[in-house]
Amino acid sequence: MQDSGISVLFMGKNFLRLLEGLWVTLRISLIAVLLSIPLGILFGMFMTMKNPVSRAVSRVYLEFIRIMPQLVLLFIAYFGVTRAFGWNLSADVSAVIVFTLWGTAEMGDLVRGALISIPKHQYDSAAALGMNKIQTFGYVVVPQTMRRLIPLTINLTTRMIKTTSLVVLIGMTEVLKVGKQIIDANRFDYPTAALWVYGVIFLLYFLACWPISMLAKKLEKRWR
Amino acid sequence: MKRKNLFIKLITLVVASLLLVSSLAGCGDNKDGTAVSFRTLDEIKESGKIVIGVFSDKAPFGYVDENGKYQGYDVYFAERIAKDLGVEVEYVSTDPASRVEYAATGKVDIILANFTVTEERAQQVDFALPYMKVKLGVVSPDNALITDVEQLSGKELIVVKGTTAETYFEKNYPNVKLQKYDEYADAYNALLDGRGDAFSTDNTEVLAWAIQNPGFTVGIDALGNADTIAPAVQKGNTTLLDWLNNEIETLGKENFFHADYAATLASVYGDAADPDNLVVEGGKVE
Repeated sequence: MQDSGISVLFMGKNFLRLLEGLWVTLRISLIAVLLSIPLGILFGMFMTMKNPVSRAVSRVYLEFIRIMPQLVLLFIAYFGVTRAFGWNLSADVSAVIVFTLWGTAEMGDLVRGALISIPKHQYDSAAALGMNKIQTFGYVVVPQTMRRLIPLTINLTTRMIKTTSLVVLIGMTEVLKVGKQIIDANRFDYPTAALWVYGVIFLLYFLACWPISMLAKKLEKRWR
Repeated sequence: MKRKNLFIKLITLVVASLLLVSSLAGCGDNKDGTAVSFRTLDEIKESGKIVIGVFSDKAPFGYVDENGKYQGYDVYFAERIAKDLGVEVEYVSTDPASRVEYAATGKVDIILANFTVTEERAQQVDFALPYMKVKLGVVSPDNALITDVEQLSGKELIVVKGTTAETYFEKNYPNVKLQKYDEYADAYNALLDGRGDAFSTDNTEVLAWAIQNPGFTVGIDALGNADTIAPAVQKGNTTLLDWLNNEIETLGKENFFHADYAATLASVYGDAADPDNLVVEGGKVE
């Protein structure tokens, strides 16, 4: 009995269920990331505008998302919206909305940081070479910004993948919840199962995030 | 430059307060908002599906087996509800923190997740008749078994902070010395090490633990006032609530919950427990 905790993984459909849970995790986070990156780039450019109104709006949005715990945002989107307006959003949709809002805010701030890190003399030099605004952006600013953004974006992406474990609280069974279900269903017969199940979950998260890191490394090398 | 800063601060303040007000207002008028979202009994029957919120990781009350099927004491009851309504059942996995919200917003038709009836919760959801009750249990080592509360006077009793056991013994048995711990794991370790003479908490919890730990027995398995556990529906959903109450009364006649106990809990609690201390038939406590 002592060392048979691992057998829990191969009982019935347990392993398949873990993979299904991983798919839920990845589906939500990848949709959110794919939406957040373009929206975040736009938002970051919006943030660097000199107009006081646009600055105030983006400031409030960023601070609101940054200060609110993601769990609270999820509850607002899933339960709060139903209470206040009677709109019944599904758990999937609420999760994607919340993670996209969060990702856009964070990505926007990263883009803003990368944009203002380009020294002013680069703009001046571009102007001296006779480039117009679009050319300056396309040939000088964007290539440098992109390179600075890659590690930051990867960081954000992996963080989003891991934070999706919060969606259990709005009823979605993602990989970590499936793990807890398996551990709990066997807690009387296989008390040692927890170690194995969490070990596998660790491995699954690693397998999900590692290719993204590798891709980033490749891009960084290519754009050096 | 200074004036500009002030201007931005002002705008920030205004927008932030607007957001705050709108979110508070959102919580405020839930009375009107929620009234629409529940489904009446007829609507559930018509749709051919009832949505029930259960635990998915609290064996033996609600859990998922290795084939991905929901099982447990609550689920056994849920299956019967669906059968008697003549509809399919869809389970939603809930957690302790989100149970009230699920019922209050009508995202599920019924919550059947080991939901203890309390006054605060009753303001947010409507409880049906109870189908289970929880009292305190006292577990102690076999060689110094405690079978009566009086035996505890002057002895060290282990409790977990914030549990009903703590308040119950402080109020009713001041001559029992309490050893308080923050977490269950610490309390159980203290009992295993012999730092205290006995440990008290919910009887369901100590009964299951004693089975896992030979050498320890639950000498007292029903102490104090019973907390009841009942299904909950969204506030105002009277058609469903009435049907549920009727159902629980009818099921009492066939001793349904004893059968439920035998099928799901008996193997966990073993012979140590008396089903009558846990099960409520027909919604009548005692």
